[in-house]
Amino acid sequence: MIQIQSLTFGYSPNALIFDGFNLSIARGETWAILGPSGCGKTTLLYLLAGLKFPITGQILVDGQPLTRPRPRSGLILQDYGLLPWATVRQNAEIGLRVRDFYGPDGKHSPDNYEPESNVNHWLKRLGIEDIAAQYPAQISGGQRQRTAIARTLALRPDLLLMDEPFSSLDAITREDLQNLTLALSVEQNLTLVIVTHAVEEAAALGNKILLLGAPTNRTARIFDNPNAGQSSQRNSAVHNALCDRLRKEMRH
Amino acid sequence: MIINRPILPAPWEVLVVFFRELGKGLLIHFAVSLWRVTAGMLLSVAAAAPAGLAVGGSRTMNRIFSPVIYLLYPIPKVVFVPVVLLFLGIGDAAKIVIIFLILFFQILVLVRDQAAGLSPQLIQSLQSLGAGRRALFRFIYLPASLPAILTALRQSIGTAVAVLYITELFATKYGLGYYIYYNGSTLLDYPAMYAGVIAMSLLGLGLYFGVDWLERKLCRWKFVN
Repeated sequence: MIQIQSLTFGYSPNALIFDGFNLSIARGETWAILGPSGCGKTTLLYLLAGLKFPITGQILVDGQPLTRPRPRSGLILQDYGLLPWATVRQNAEIGLRVRDFYGPDGKHSPDNYEPESNVNHWLKRLGIEDIAAQYPAQISGGQRQRTAIARTLALRPDLLLMDEPFSSLDAITREDLQNLTLALSVEQNLTLVIVTHAVEEAAALGNKILLLGAPTNRTARIFDNPNAGQSSQRNSAVHNALCDRLRKEMRH
Repeated sequence: MIINRPILPAPWEVLVVFFRELGKGLLIHFAVSLWRVTAGMLLSVAAAAPAGLAVGGSRTMNRIFSPVIYLLYPIPKVVFVPVVLLFLGIGDAAKIVIIFLILFFQILVLVRDQAAGLSPQLIQSLQSLGAGRRALFRFIYLPASLPAILTALRQSIGTAVAVLYITELFATKYGLGYYIYYNGSTLLDYPAMYAGVIAMSLLGLGLYFGVDWLERKLCRWKFVN
């Protein structure tokens, strides 16, 4: 689904984050991008979202080079990006309202988009129906993240990009939302790419783990983790061994 | 000795005159002043809010126009009264334009700062949902700048009413400024003059509460716990 071909990117030509970097992500896969602060995890996610662009090389999604955010890609950020002046329901509807604003132009929204403004299904599925009339300032971090997920899923994406989505949540809420995200990605047949700095989270969520190191990243270090997402997997010996291995690799 | 003078009538005497004068034309003066200051306010919001959004929402525009704004902003606009009178004559237009000039820069600067200071994550979130420049203005910049517009209006009401008084001293027979000046300087009817002062204070107070009401109505999210 995603092909990163000879990607070169940096915020200045003397300090490249990626140089000749290649990666391929298949449809339906769940990837975790792991690495220390400043390694380029979030930058890579923004490149995949079409919010930043390679200096050289290209990123293809469904065979098409990315030149702008793709209508069927959803992005969820660490601070949720909710509109403070809109209620939970209005926030969940905002993506649809943007699509209605442009109509089915194939650029800002899919060319087969049919106006749809009912987000009740997603409010119910994410368990935020009861707080639909409240503003972001009135709800918890977990509820804000659920709202951000509802807003993105209402657009029926096929690719979901998440930037440290659970890092500011307490342990219980984090685990609940991790499980919900995995369940939704299976339900909606999503390709999921989650950026995290937490080794355990990467090992719990990613069927494939991309480990980035201090810049410049030239080759992709990928770890297969076929048992990710199974509830019995957390705290298993295999999980712990993988976490240890990832930690060692991160120190190198 | 000091307070027992015709120029300092007793408060109850002023109140009686105030209610009596309401039926004898004060209300018309009040309505004319209200129209002038409201028209000036609406005009300034209509012009300054989009300009502030355009300048604050684009780094290039901000770089180009900020020096101009910094040069013009500190000039006390009241000095333009003679120039505006010269160009626009003695009708309502000149009075409205002077109020507009004062409010325009206050709103422009606050809206520009608000738009320029928006969190990049908020903008990127909406871009990832498909929003281009037009949708960003409609769904982010515009609602985000509403509190700034109302704050600018609230801050400027005092100045606007003061300037209204000055503009109504020239070439008009209606308005609270004219009413106060005419009663105080020509007729030497001090209780009526103070009735005009009360009316002008009520005008400012009413506008202030009006903006407060609008803020509670349009920016509900600011008042939630």
